[in-house]
Amino acid sequence: MSQLPLRSDLNIIQNWIAQGSQVLDLGCGEGDLLHFLKTQKKCQGYGLEINPDSILTCIKKGINVIEHDLNNDLRHFNDASVDTVVMTQALQVVQRPDLLLDEMLRVGKEAIITFPNFGYWRTRFYLLRHGRMPMSKILPYNWFDTPNIHMCTFRDFEKLCHDKQLKILDRTVIDKDHQESLATKLWPNFLGEIAIYRVTR
Amino acid sequence: MPHKKFADSVGVITPQIATFNEPLELRSGKTLPSYQLIYETYGELNTAKSNAILICHALSGDHHAAGFHSEEDKKPGWWDSCIGPNKAIDTNKFFVVCLNNLGGCNGSTGPTSINPETGKIYGSDFPVVRVRDWVESQARLADYLGIQKFAAVVGGSLGGMQALRWSIQYPERLENCVVIASAPKLSAQNIAFNEVARNAIMTDPDFHDGHYLAHNTIPKAGLMQARMLAHLTYLSDDAMGEKFGRDLKNEEVNYGFAPEFAVESYLHYQGEKFSTTFDANTYLLMTKALDYFDPAQYTDHDLVKCLSETQCKFLLVSFTTDWRFSPERSEEIVDALVQADKEVTYAKIESEKGHDAFLIPIPRYVDIFSAYMNRVATELSL
Repeated sequence: MSQLPLRSDLNIIQNWIAQGSQVLDLGCGEGDLLHFLKTQKKCQGYGLEINPDSILTCIKKGINVIEHDLNNDLRHFNDASVDTVVMTQALQVVQRPDLLLDEMLRVGKEAIITFPNFGYWRTRFYLLRHGRMPMSKILPYNWFDTPNIHMCTFRDFEKLCHDKQLKILDRTVIDKDHQESLATKLWPNFLGEIAIYRVTR
Repeated sequence: MPHKKFADSVGVITPQIATFNEPLELRSGKTLPSYQLIYETYGELNTAKSNAILICHALSGDHHAAGFHSEEDKKPGWWDSCIGPNKAIDTNKFFVVCLNNLGGCNGSTGPTSINPETGKIYGSDFPVVRVRDWVESQARLADYLGIQKFAAVVGGSLGGMQALRWSIQYPERLENCVVIASAPKLSAQNIAFNEVARNAIMTDPDFHDGHYLAHNTIPKAGLMQARMLAHLTYLSDDAMGEKFGRDLKNEEVNYGFAPEFAVESYLHYQGEKFSTTFDANTYLLMTKALDYFDPAQYTDHDLVKCLSETQCKFLLVSFTTDWRFSPERSEEIVDALVQADKEVTYAKIESEKGHDAFLIPIPRYVDIFSAYMNRVATELSL
C-alpha cells in the first residue's frame, strides 16, 4: 500500500515515538498513524476502534485492530506493556476521560493525547457573540447530538495533569490547518485549536 | 453450459477418501489402528503449496463445505456463502481442504464404521476423541496432501476450537488462525446443555447402549430432542421472535398438546430432519469433544501461557446475540493473545441471529472475513 504523507498533527505525534517501540492507539480510526509507524519506524502495536468502517479499513491496511469501546477499561493490556499509548481526538468523547488517562498510563510508559481546545479564541467568541454552544469545522455538532461530551480547555487539561501529578514531557497546539506557529506557542489556550500532549507518570 | 446455480460456486465436487494405516494414539489412551478420512478440496494447490486453507467443521458439519454433489443437488455445502470464486475464502487464490472429522458419520471412520477387531459396527465402542486428536488426524491429512504449512486454519464454534488448537499444537504449520464464534473452553451452562442432549439420546429405549444399529434401529426420539434443544440455543430470542412470533399453524388454538405454534413446528421439523440423517453416537462424541476442550488446562489454566508459543496471526469474530458462545468468550481469547504479544484482529458483529450467525452471510461479517483473507493472500503473494 502506498504511503501518503501524514496529517500534520499525526506527524508531530510520530516524531515523539521512538523507532521500534510498542504502540497502542486508542480510537485508531483508519489506522493511518499505526500504518506509518509500522512501515516507517518498525513499530508494533494494536489499534482499538469501535467504528465498523474504520475497522474494515484497518484490516485492509494490515493493522492489528481490536473492536473495543473506550468507555470500558483497557483490561486486555498488562501494566507497562507498551511504550506509548496514543489517543487522538477521543478524550472528549469518553465517559470518564480522567479514568481513561489513568488507564493509558497504567498500560503505557507514555501517553500522547490530542483534543480540541475549548479555550480557542473563536470558540470563546462564538459563545460570547451568539450565546449558544459553539460550532465550528472541528466541532460540527449541535449540543444535543454531539459525541463530544467532555470538552475541556488547554488549561483544564494542564490542571488535570497537575492534580494527577503527571509529568508533561511535551505540549503543543496547532491551528485549524494543523500548523504550529509562534503565536500558538505564545498563547496556546487562546490561539490553539487542537492541543497535543505527551505525558508520563 | 453449467447450470446458473453453479455460477458463483465451486461447482460439482466429488469427495475423496484418504486411508491411514499408521495407528493414531488418542488422548484417552486408546488407539485407532487405522482409519479413513473423507474430504473435499476446492481450488488448486499452487506449486509452492503455500495457498492451502483448512476448514474445520462444527458439531453437525461435515466435509461438504462448498459446491454441489451433483447437477441435481438442490443445496450447496454448509459454508458455500463464504467459500468459492471471489467469496471470502476465494478459491481462485486458495486451495481449500475440508474433512469430516474422525468419529463423524458422513464418511470418515466413526461409530457407524466397522471395527476391524470385531468385524462389527463400532457403535458406542468407538473411542471418545478430543479436539487435539482431530488436529492430529488433520495434520496427517495435510502430510498426505503434501501441505507443510496452511495459509490459514479456519473454523466456527467447535471448528474455531480446532483452529485454536492447531495454533497451539502445530504452531509452525499455519500462518493464520481464524476463530469465529468460539470459546477457549465451554462454560458450565454449555456443558449442561450438552448433558441434557446426551441424556435425551441415552435414555431413548432404542439406544441399546449405543449398539442400536445392531438392533436395526436408531434412537430417533432422543436424537430429535437433543437437536431441538441444541437448535434453540443457537438462535436468539430476537431471531425467534422475528421468525415466528406467536404465530399459530392453524387459525385457532386446539387446547391440546400437539405442536400448534409455528416455532414448535419448526423445532420439530429441524429435529426430525436431523434425527434421520445424523448418527446418535457421533452426536454424543462431538458434544464430549466440546466439553473436554480446555487447552489451558495444561498450562496451569493460564490461557496467556497456553498461547505464548503460537506463531501465527489471528482473526477472531463474535456476534452480539450469540449467547451460546458469547462475545465475552471470544474476547477472553483476544485478551490472552494481546497479553501474549501476538498479532490479533477482532471484530464483534452486530447481528440478531444468535450463534447461527457464523453460518449466515451477514454483510459486515463477510466484509471483515474477506478483507482479512485478502490480506492473507497478499502477505503470501498469492
